[in-house]
Amino acid sequence: MWQQLLPGLRMMLVLTVLTGLIYPLAVTGLCQMLFYDKANGSLITVNDHVVGSSLIGQNFSKAGYFQPRPSAAGNDGYDGTASGGSNLGPTNQKLIDRVKASVEKFHKENPSYTGPLPADLVTTSGSGLDPHISPASAEAQLDRVAKARGLSVDQIKSLVDAHTEGRDLGFLGEPRVNVLLLNLDLDRQFPAKR
Amino acid sequence: MTWSSISQTLAVLAILVAISKPLGAFMAAVFEGERTFLSRPFRPIEHLIYRVSAVDPELHQNWTAYSASLLAFGLLNFLLFYVLLRWQNFLPLNPKGFPTLQPDLAFNTAVSFLTNTSWQSYAGESTLSYLAQMLGITVQSFTSAAAGMAAAMALIRGFARQGTDRLGNFWVDLTRATLYVLLPISLLGALFLCSQGVIQNLRPYPQVTTIEGARQTVAFGPVASQEPIKLMSSDGGGFFNANSGHPFENPTPLTNLVEMLLILVIPAAFPCTFGVLTGNRKHGWTLFAAMALLFSLGCMLTAWSEQSGNPALKISGGNMEGKETRFGIAASAAFSVVSTASSDGAVNSAHDSYMPLSTLVQMFNLKSGEVIFGGTGSGIMSMILIVMIAIFIAGLMVGRSPEYLGKKIEGKEIKMVMLAFVITAAATLLFSALPFLVKLAPGSYWNPGGALTSNLGNPGAHGLSEILYANGSAVATNGSAMAGLNANTPWFNLTLGLGMLIGRFLMIVPALAIAGSLARKKRMSATIGTMPTDGVVFMVLLLGTIFLVTALTFFPAFCLGPIAEAYQIK
Repeated sequence: MWQQLLPGLRMMLVLTVLTGLIYPLAVTGLCQMLFYDKANGSLITVNDHVVGSSLIGQNFSKAGYFQPRPSAAGNDGYDGTASGGSNLGPTNQKLIDRVKASVEKFHKENPSYTGPLPADLVTTSGSGLDPHISPASAEAQLDRVAKARGLSVDQIKSLVDAHTEGRDLGFLGEPRVNVLLLNLDLDRQFPAKR
Repeated sequence: MTWSSISQTLAVLAILVAISKPLGAFMAAVFEGERTFLSRPFRPIEHLIYRVSAVDPELHQNWTAYSASLLAFGLLNFLLFYVLLRWQNFLPLNPKGFPTLQPDLAFNTAVSFLTNTSWQSYAGESTLSYLAQMLGITVQSFTSAAAGMAAAMALIRGFARQGTDRLGNFWVDLTRATLYVLLPISLLGALFLCSQGVIQNLRPYPQVTTIEGARQTVAFGPVASQEPIKLMSSDGGGFFNANSGHPFENPTPLTNLVEMLLILVIPAAFPCTFGVLTGNRKHGWTLFAAMALLFSLGCMLTAWSEQSGNPALKISGGNMEGKETRFGIAASAAFSVVSTASSDGAVNSAHDSYMPLSTLVQMFNLKSGEVIFGGTGSGIMSMILIVMIAIFIAGLMVGRSPEYLGKKIEGKEIKMVMLAFVITAAATLLFSALPFLVKLAPGSYWNPGGALTSNLGNPGAHGLSEILYANGSAVATNGSAMAGLNANTPWFNLTLGLGMLIGRFLMIVPALAIAGSLARKKRMSATIGTMPTDGVVFMVLLLGTIFLVTALTFFPAFCLGPIAEAYQIK
């Protein structure tokens, strides 16, 4: 084995330079040139300041905004530097209690909604940074948002429909609504009464 | 099981079938040094690498020299990566100023990537500098994958050659795997992923103020360059803690499909390469079909179990805890099977939050020894070893001396196969049992929290599953986790590190010994008494052997983990 160490050392250094410096730096250069916005985090700027990334979920708590899924990222949720899920197993009482509390909170905030509660709205995602909710979860919040903004449900619903993305290529993944983009559009089209 | 999960599983398989044949033939040509369409641009670079490394590409090695090269290369990579992790605070490209890694974590991480496992006791975005990610993780993904492919080629040559003890040159195979296969696909993959939203930059983490006035810091980094090789290498160590569940690693359902394909593409092409080089393509396709069947079965079971949801939560729409909205049940379930079957271990959802039946599927995939497509290179090796057991059992049943592709399978080969299987199975079970037996006081160096069971993220049978999963994942060099387990203590970092070394090298070295022994043997032509190694009958025999070996070894452990938990669901 020892006489293999010298060629091994040289080979390792060559491959390290090739795959650890040349390759990632070449990709960085190409991506910065070809896909500048996406390579730099798909950030969204409103009035010259960055309000978030369209790919990274953030919290909304006011009644006039659509609310995202609960988040287990970091201590307070939605921590962009501590992605992760709750890692609670299906038989864990902590999970059962947490979901129960979320369901109760939802019903308190949306008293007029009586349909079945969509699973995504009261469960945490794997990343804790899920930027989307399901169309059903948006639907469940329509009444509340409309009331808070003094609008009709139909006005809001048409905006939600416009923001609903279908399955990719018609069969991949699930339909979804990007919460941040929807809320920004809400503010743009129907400024909240203050 | 829904239409959506059936169509996504079928799409993965159909594309794999379409790619396997040309890619398998291409890999066969590359490793045999024939001209391909990439020769013109890359041949000069290849020769430059040999010159700089002082390697004679014409010199073929016997199995001991080949193993020695592979082990020496592994040792050197370990040392380089270890030093890089310990000194990252002194080195550039560390915008967040992350400190050095503790020795036990640096050991575990270096072993983890060198063995192509990528078990992660840490969270990438809060631990590693950009330099450690690029020069450490990305490089190890490339080289460990290339080393695995090289070893697989040596084993294949054991069947393809006769009357020689030479299996090829490790350095040549390593270079060719990197240059002609891994780098080109990675480059294309990186550009595609970036075009869909995967980030690629070296900037500091930006801080944003949301419209409600909250502050959020967003982790950045050179992700797109690492993502495809992370997947294709069957390495699977995420740039971020959430791995392919993080929107910056896997932003859309389309990238999700591409990522699943990247994971499976090389392992799925290897049976074809094996068929081409041994002149028995039918055998290659029979192996592929067995893999595809087990894979589809796993996808369907998992999708059904997740779609049925968690009755304790009393909500509609399946078990969405730990899953992303854009993927939903079907694409998450499929990814979890791809991840555990392939030995990749990249995840797009939290495996700790899956239903018990899904956990059982995942554990079966891990513990059947990565034969369902399996790892890059290591998958076909494990499959060939288990085929030997199947042929040996069949030989015993009919009283004929077993033959595999014209090579007599004798005592020496079977001893090596059993060595590989028994040691890896014993390591998994022993390291899983120890945490429940060893008593540690609070404040102990090995586990500051005291009892090792206090590191579990969940109580009861699910907690046992976390430990079983962790060790199964380490020994199968998979690297995915039921992440509720806090494994970042010296005890787990050390035992999991040992598990990975055992799972990697005590599989590869016996396989190379088998290759050395087979290459010497004359290939005998098939007679009327030779058991065919293609077709449905052989496939059933093979599947039976896989179930038998896995079930006999792990059924009691499965009973205490996922099966017990299934009965606790109310």
